[in-house]
Amino acid sequence: MFQIKGKILYNKKVKGSYFHLALEAPDIAKESLPGQFLNIKVSNTYEPLLRRPLSIHSVRGRNIEVLYEVVGKGTKVLSEKGPGEVLDVIGPLGNGFTFNSWAHGLAGSRTILIGGGMGVAPLVFLADKIAGLRARGTKFKAQVLIGAKTKGNIICEKEFKDLGCSVKSATDDGSYGFKGRITDLLKNILRSASYDLPITIYACGPRLMLKEISAISRKYGIPAQISLEEHMACGIGACLGCVVNTKQGLRRVCKDGPVFNADEINWK
Amino acid sequence: MQTKLSVSIGKLKLKNPVMVASGTFGYAEEFKDFIDLSGLGAIVTKTVTLRPRRGNPPPRTCETPAGMLNSIGLENPGLESFIHDKLPVLKKIGIPIIMSVASEGDLEEFIELVKRLDKINEIAALELNLSCPNIKRTGLISQDPEATYSLVKAVRKKTKKTLITKLTPNVTDITKIAKQAQAAGSDAVSLINTLTGMSIDVNKRTPKVACIIGGLSGPAIRPVAVRMVWEIYREIKIPIIGMGGIMDTASALEFFIAGASAISVGTANFINPKVSLEIISGLKQYLSRNKIRDINQLIGSIRT
Repeated sequence: MFQIKGKILYNKKVKGSYFHLALEAPDIAKESLPGQFLNIKVSNTYEPLLRRPLSIHSVRGRNIEVLYEVVGKGTKVLSEKGPGEVLDVIGPLGNGFTFNSWAHGLAGSRTILIGGGMGVAPLVFLADKIAGLRARGTKFKAQVLIGAKTKGNIICEKEFKDLGCSVKSATDDGSYGFKGRITDLLKNILRSASYDLPITIYACGPRLMLKEISAISRKYGIPAQISLEEHMACGIGACLGCVVNTKQGLRRVCKDGPVFNADEINWK
Repeated sequence: MQTKLSVSIGKLKLKNPVMVASGTFGYAEEFKDFIDLSGLGAIVTKTVTLRPRRGNPPPRTCETPAGMLNSIGLENPGLESFIHDKLPVLKKIGIPIIMSVASEGDLEEFIELVKRLDKINEIAALELNLSCPNIKRTGLISQDPEATYSLVKAVRKKTKKTLITKLTPNVTDITKIAKQAQAAGSDAVSLINTLTGMSIDVNKRTPKVACIIGGLSGPAIRPVAVRMVWEIYREIKIPIIGMGGIMDTASALEFFIAGASAISVGTANFINPKVSLEIISGLKQYLSRNKIRDINQLIGSIRT
């Protein structure tokens, strides 16, 4: 974990209200793992007061990238920063996705990465790591499911394809790909899946989507790792603000997560 | 210019008057990657109760204009686990550890807690948290002058450790409570705890924290805190530990000038884990720039 001043290399609009930020942050870049996040101070004033936790989208050499949507005060202020400006960043924080244990233990595996809306952001980093394992001769298959309200909210499709993943999309209004919820698309896939390889699900997105994925994971006996979101104050495990109800009691999303095994969570 | 930053709070000698406020610094281990903890004047732990406490349901925090609300509900591992898991890490830091304590129930529980802590040498002082707004009870002890007096008096009999009574700002006249704490034998008072507040999501028409009401902290509450420190300073003789929205050196200085002998940094730790050390060096610079040899000369030095 580091607190650094990172120079902005670029901070540009991808489409709609989505922005792509790249920072020079060699210390953080060296230690980051998929599913971990950064806590970024977006303003030197008291508005907004708290840092903004944003997942790590990609690491390229000394640089670290974040993909975010402008949804409120904090992300609005962040979107107005330009190249050359410096941001106070803490990271990498939290526990990310576990992928190395099976990578070494199994001859081949199939992964399904499921991103709802902005939830695709950390999964690109994971897909990149999986591509790296594949390049070293392992037989990993990575399938990506992207879910969004409408076509305009589908992001990162090209990035996943460039990393060698097969990609399917679902939109609530049917304007792109499968019409309906991403979890219905997942069920369709699992029903017709030939279980030639062990499957692991990795998911990030809205709470209801993750809850449904937990149910699916239980029903099909497929392990799922899910990345949760909760309002955070400190981001380093001190304030106990961002707890989630789990089978081991209340746990901190920022420090014990944000990635949890789906079967650990007590959904209300 | 050589400047002196050391201050005394009861029997406690602090090498500098900057500490971190209870509940905003965990049990310090969370911050060790970011700052040299041994540079702090003291650490005040997150409040510990006799038995483990689960705390309140989430969501527990939300951001407000220049501040935040929290409703953690004193989640803590309980006394036994604190002693075994947290205290060994804290004592290695080598600076005074002030343990914040509270009772979930009656006076007996408080006494039991204090009796057990009295025997632990690594704990330099006790801060009596009589002012957490986030536990269900009809009223806070520190909203009632007589109840404050009785509790501090009873605890005083059980320990020789430096006792600090933490006060709530959610009262009509905080000086009355402070005077009772002093009369009962408290060595110092610390203030302010959070102001109760509420914030509503207008789209969902739901409160933003699950317990509806939370404690407001951050720079938004600083003027209230400074005012209360100043009011109390004129009424009591024991030292004051001031806190409430301290974000930087300038805001820390306001508290000393109003009458605080030491200050605690709270919510600012969430935003900048290094802020307390930055304030310590900022205080040195201020003293030397203003040719003040000893921070004690600054305490209560407001010109009105």
